[in-house]
Amino acid sequence: MQFCLDTAGTYYLRNSIVRGVHMNKQLTWKVGGAQGEGIDSTGEILATTLNRIGYYIFAYRHFMSLIKGGHTNYKIRISSEPVRYHGDDLQVLVAFDQLSINENLREMNADGVIIYDDKFQAELPEGSAVRLCPVPLTGIAKELGNVIIKNMVAAGASCRLLNLELQPFFEVVEEKFGSKGKDLIERNIKAIQQGYDYMKEHFADEMFQLPTAPQVDRPHLLMTGNEAVGLGALLAGCRFLAAYPITPATEILYWLLENMPNYGGKIVQAEDEIAACIMAIGANYAGVRAMTSTSGPGFSLMMEALGLAGISETPLVIVDVMRGGPSTGLPTKTEQSDINQATYGSHGEMPRIVLAPTTIEECFYYMIDAFNLAERYQCPVIVTSDLYLGMSKQSVDDLDMSRVVIDRGAVVTQEELDQRGQKTYPRYAVTESGISPRPFPGMPHGRFCALSNEHDDTGLEIEDTDGRVAQMDKRFRKLDTFNGGEHVSYKGPEQPDVVLVGFGSTTAQIAEAFAELSSTYSIGHLQIGCVYPFPTEAVRKILAHTKQIFVIENNKTGQLAQMLQQNVGMVDKVEAILKYNGNPFTVRDITTTVRG
Amino acid sequence: MAKVIDFKYDKPTWCPGCGDYTVLAAMQQACVGLGLEPEQVCCVSGIGCAGKIAQHFGGYGFHSLHGRSIPTATGIKLANQELVVIAAGGDGDGYGIGLGHSLHAMRRNIDITYIVMDNHIYGLTTGKLSPNSQKGFKTKTSPKGSAEDPIRPVEMAIVTGSSFVAQAFSGNVKQMVSIFEQGIKHKGFSLINVFSPCVTFNKVNTYDWFKEHIVNMDEDESFDPTNRMDALRRVHEVESVCTGVIYREERPAFHETMLGASETAGVHLDLDLAEEEMQSLIDQFRR
Repeated sequence: MQFCLDTAGTYYLRNSIVRGVHMNKQLTWKVGGAQGEGIDSTGEILATTLNRIGYYIFAYRHFMSLIKGGHTNYKIRISSEPVRYHGDDLQVLVAFDQLSINENLREMNADGVIIYDDKFQAELPEGSAVRLCPVPLTGIAKELGNVIIKNMVAAGASCRLLNLELQPFFEVVEEKFGSKGKDLIERNIKAIQQGYDYMKEHFADEMFQLPTAPQVDRPHLLMTGNEAVGLGALLAGCRFLAAYPITPATEILYWLLENMPNYGGKIVQAEDEIAACIMAIGANYAGVRAMTSTSGPGFSLMMEALGLAGISETPLVIVDVMRGGPSTGLPTKTEQSDINQATYGSHGEMPRIVLAPTTIEECFYYMIDAFNLAERYQCPVIVTSDLYLGMSKQSVDDLDMSRVVIDRGAVVTQEELDQRGQKTYPRYAVTESGISPRPFPGMPHGRFCALSNEHDDTGLEIEDTDGRVAQMDKRFRKLDTFNGGEHVSYKGPEQPDVVLVGFGSTTAQIAEAFAELSSTYSIGHLQIGCVYPFPTEAVRKILAHTKQIFVIENNKTGQLAQMLQQNVGMVDKVEAILKYNGNPFTVRDITTTVRG
Repeated sequence: MAKVIDFKYDKPTWCPGCGDYTVLAAMQQACVGLGLEPEQVCCVSGIGCAGKIAQHFGGYGFHSLHGRSIPTATGIKLANQELVVIAAGGDGDGYGIGLGHSLHAMRRNIDITYIVMDNHIYGLTTGKLSPNSQKGFKTKTSPKGSAEDPIRPVEMAIVTGSSFVAQAFSGNVKQMVSIFEQGIKHKGFSLINVFSPCVTFNKVNTYDWFKEHIVNMDEDESFDPTNRMDALRRVHEVESVCTGVIYREERPAFHETMLGASETAGVHLDLDLAEEEMQSLIDQFRR
């Protein structure tokens, strides 16, 4: 068992207000507008610059399944310490339209400030203490000759409000638009400068003071969970990806498209997810580490392939970046509702492993684990990430390269095959561990047939009762040595009264709730990174003396709570805190329920 | 030098007289004729009677899922382009449940040879309608005769981009071996549709029926298989009941042109990256 990093530490810091100037230990900023207005690029400029000057940031994108219109926003939490959640509250909102104010006002603190485009008349409900700063975002942009750079005017205005220096922003702009010509760079820089100047001139006493940025020799890594999955796969030796584009998993495909071919890797955009998963099985059978990445709707199409990998004992890694279901569901919203399918999906019974990384760093590490486990146990490994983890961007301190170890599992050598000198090889030999060495096609004397039917040791189909039972037992024996407890983390006293339990991406909000509640409760935080085979022993040990268990998960039916009850018992102590409206948990969602 | 026996494994369980026996025999003879060793060849099949062929072919095998032999074979070929990959299955496999995959493999020009044992019926499930059954054909699932027009695989393959299209007949092993050899040697996707009669459940499209109707295009010296429009016209004229190499063109195979195409087969890559390489990959995130 390993103990998780202290992800909290910043949760309880409250802001003190000193007439106009707001003193902050951390700050939350958001830009909102219609899709297609450059909301993401405004957020990206700010996130990149803040990360570069040493701050830790966490950025969350709220978006819709359309190209233009609607409402989209980009929120950044800025801190001098690591942050893994975008925060319950909001201090600065940049609004491109009234809808952005309406949608986000309830999240705003009393000392909040709204910078809005003065092309519209902002309206606030009566009694709202939030300060309004109208800025001619569109006006300045138009004067500079391009209305779309109103996002840069907004970045400049924000820069002043946050009392930041402009130079780092200019550098980021130069790099970002470097290939597009001097003219464009200059125009963007002017837009930032004029936004800054306007704020300074008209709202001189509105200012938030960020904590001093940590001194860094080089910027933190700024990455999404999807990018971490791609990087992890590549370093784990994955050299084949077949995938069908789907939100919110497509960025895995993008990242690997850009990077994997440089290392001899091949990528196919398959005709559908059935083909994608089966191509990955074919490549794994042929000896290349291969995976597919998808989200719920695609994962549903992969169910028959899961069974094929199971019975043919072909290693397979599937990444399921979960989104709101069922069916097409909520394509652009987060949910954790696929773990039942990952655990039980596909007809018949087969060994499998379901990992659920809890942080962006773990998205990287778990991919290395996934490929090793898939080849060690010759079975499918499903990595369940979700939209929140996959698409949010975070400052990451560093990644530990010593954890990049490639273990190809039981592979028979050519010497062994030559020594046997037989025409066929007993690929499915019934061994004590259940694991039988595999040759790769192309190796002389290694011939066998991988089979979707029940089979004998060389891959001839069988229907005899003894042979069937021997093969079934052999396959299930493989996981006897697997310990899911290695993917469980616990923080808190040895015998807590209350334990908060989560899996996957909920870890940050639970950690902050845990830290907040620790002063009044004997409380622990248990985060499960492997949901199947369920780490029963590790979990039971932690929960043994607990009086109350809160299971926190982004779904309607409490899938983890049910697994917990099924495997560990304690039925009367388990209460599920569930959220399935498409949004990630807030810390308050958790603390309010626990406090009762 | 491998012999035919080296390409055999165990005894097939097909009905006596089944067309699939000669397909297997022709595959084995073609491999020997091309000087291949068993370990160089991988046979990937779907399910049904024809799907059992992977178990009895003496090279490496993958008896995959119904309709999924093509994506399995695609994954294998792209992982190790040095392997000769032969996908094989029935007409239900390739033109029913797996039709979508077949078409995409054709347009991608995946360098595999796809042998479809076309008996116009679902045999293993004791006689059901197949997408290749003739209109009016009576089966357990078409008791009053099929109301559907059949798939025309050869015309479909030519139009979709298969760079080698041929048709063979289980009753003419010599021609079949020659076609298989040409198909395997061809770089790119080769569709070889084989009339392989089901002696138990199809009493209409029998050996005799095919012998009576087949037109052998290989014997027609005036026929030019590199002329796409001519090939389509001729196949249409004989209502697809013909044998021989119908169409061929030279086009780069997918593994040669895809992103990441390389001389080194994926299976031979060294997966351990030097520390500096790992570091530079990680450092791209210090943005």
